[in-house]
Amino acid sequence: MGEASLGFLNANQAAAEGAITAGLKFFAGYPITPASDLFEYLAKKLPKYGGVVVQSEDEIAAINAIIGASWAGAKAMTATSGPGFSLMAESIGFAAMTETPIVIIQNMRAGPSTGVATATGQGEVMQSRWVSHGHYGIVVLTPFSSQEAYDLTIKAFNIAERLRVPVVVLMDYVLVHTRERVVLKKPPEVEVLERKKPTKPPGEYRPYEPDPEDLVPPMANYGEGYAVLVESMAHDERGYYAPVDDVYERLVKRLVDKIEVNRHMVVESATYHTDDAEVLFVAFGSVARSVMSVVKEARMEGKKYGLFRPISLWPMDEKGLRKAAENAEQVIVVEMNYGQLVREVERIVRDKPVHLVPLLKLDLPTPEEIVEAARRWL
Amino acid sequence: MAVIRNIHPLDRFLRPERLPHMWCPGCGIGIALSAFLRAVNELEEEGRIDSRKIVFVTGIGCTARASGYVRFDAAHTPHGRAIPYAMGVKLANPDLIPVVFSGDGDIVGIGGNHFIHAARRNMDMLVIMVNNMIYALTGGQVAPTTPEKIYTTTTPWGNPERPFNAVTLAWIAGANYVARWSVTHPELLKNSIKKALLMEGFRFIEVLSICPEVYGRHIGFRSPVELYTHLRKVVKIRGKIRPLETEYDWERGITLGEFVVRDEPGFVRRLMEVVKGGKA
Repeated sequence: MGEASLGFLNANQAAAEGAITAGLKFFAGYPITPASDLFEYLAKKLPKYGGVVVQSEDEIAAINAIIGASWAGAKAMTATSGPGFSLMAESIGFAAMTETPIVIIQNMRAGPSTGVATATGQGEVMQSRWVSHGHYGIVVLTPFSSQEAYDLTIKAFNIAERLRVPVVVLMDYVLVHTRERVVLKKPPEVEVLERKKPTKPPGEYRPYEPDPEDLVPPMANYGEGYAVLVESMAHDERGYYAPVDDVYERLVKRLVDKIEVNRHMVVESATYHTDDAEVLFVAFGSVARSVMSVVKEARMEGKKYGLFRPISLWPMDEKGLRKAAENAEQVIVVEMNYGQLVREVERIVRDKPVHLVPLLKLDLPTPEEIVEAARRWL
Repeated sequence: MAVIRNIHPLDRFLRPERLPHMWCPGCGIGIALSAFLRAVNELEEEGRIDSRKIVFVTGIGCTARASGYVRFDAAHTPHGRAIPYAMGVKLANPDLIPVVFSGDGDIVGIGGNHFIHAARRNMDMLVIMVNNMIYALTGGQVAPTTPEKIYTTTTPWGNPERPFNAVTLAWIAGANYVARWSVTHPELLKNSIKKALLMEGFRFIEVLSICPEVYGRHIGFRSPVELYTHLRKVVKIRGKIRPLETEYDWERGITLGEFVVRDEPGFVRRLMEVVKGGKA
């Protein structure tokens, strides 16, 4: 029986609860603002659910530990912020290459470098997609409330396990310090998916041989007798290093294509008064909440403003965005950096003027500040 | 191409279809790997280990390529990250037996911090470090284990750095078991691996190896046999001495032996005890 309960949680706590609901069994982390309290919350709570929480010597160890734990059969996660995410870069590619299900909570703060640890930012729109070298697929989800932090962390695990990909939940400093009501659910009220198990016996099973319909290979865990080779080098379906054109091309294409083929599982967006919107705002994360107020107030004054909010950032709901922009005369991208998301919006919406409103502020911008910054297009 | 299977008793631990391997003629890594496989084989025949529980983890480098040749659950991780990967494996499923098998650059160079902290935690794993005293796969650059004054391609005037004595490092960081052997004495190495495989906590075995192609050739050894014969003179087996008394010097000698045998609880046991006994 599914039963819901209520919590009054910030996005860190909500994401931790979502992870527990999804079946998290291993968490490794390194202290960093503003992700430490998620770590602390799990350190206290996860052992009661039979899970292990460990503090590693750095973020590089944390990401590699969760990859190892995932192959040992556990649903595994880490949480960090910009500097730690940069340190994890190489091994996020390792997870993508070896098709390892992992979830990374990334709480954005103001960068670059050490930046302002206690201030918000959205500087990792592009980095979250291209964090590691080489070409590969990755999924990035962006909540804008505690409820979504909970729901999307569950979704992140479902995608990670079912598609064998690393999934990033991209939150920000404001969200993780805002407490609000969260409805906590249990299966079957909420769907919790598991990785596909091998259907072939050891000897015949090949760890990187995809099922043709979804391009995702079933996954054998360590200790189950399959002698699985987790190979960071370019490999064939057995995991054997194969520096030859056709194997390399087949592998890289599939790492990207398996997300495209399963787009329906991933892509998500929200709209607010977009049906007849003449001015379409695009924003995500906490800043989208301020933009929502802008739209709300404008509507009371009879102005036809709307908001398109990507929930899956990578890949984005391109159709949804184009549809929301159908009647728009202007598309205004509001983001807390100097212009990243706008590049994607320009690529997707080609027949409308797309404007950038970059807000390099250390606190959540007010609706008035957003209107002021966007004034010349309004 | 037809593959003849099971002509060697250790073939069941290998992927013979992947042969020939990529190691150079005269390389010592095969001797170290063979010692490990014989140790596992003997323990399994004695009914003391289930080889299906072994997870064979390597980083990057010549030694690290072993993960592709063995038929265990295995991983070929990014450079230096075999130890944290193995930590995750063990903590997620304590029934598994992680074995890190990697080179000196991987373990105490780029992965040095992980090594120190895994030893400090007494993290349950066996680390076998094959030490050829050089970055071999990349062509012979100086390693944290290269002896002083030795020519390498990045220290063409001779190595000005002092090398790590990995034995003292592992001991001071808190490992349960510390030994150093050499490919010149594979039987002693095998026995040490057998012992360490059955222990808990962090176990560290360094294996001095020979790299005739880029270590030996660059400093004037004209054949693998010449280098191997020289290494036999460099290494000195000592019984019952403490880690601080071990030497690591190409001229004065490199001490072999078993230097630390402790029975302190490993991390898994410690973690279970605090979670069960404590309040949070």
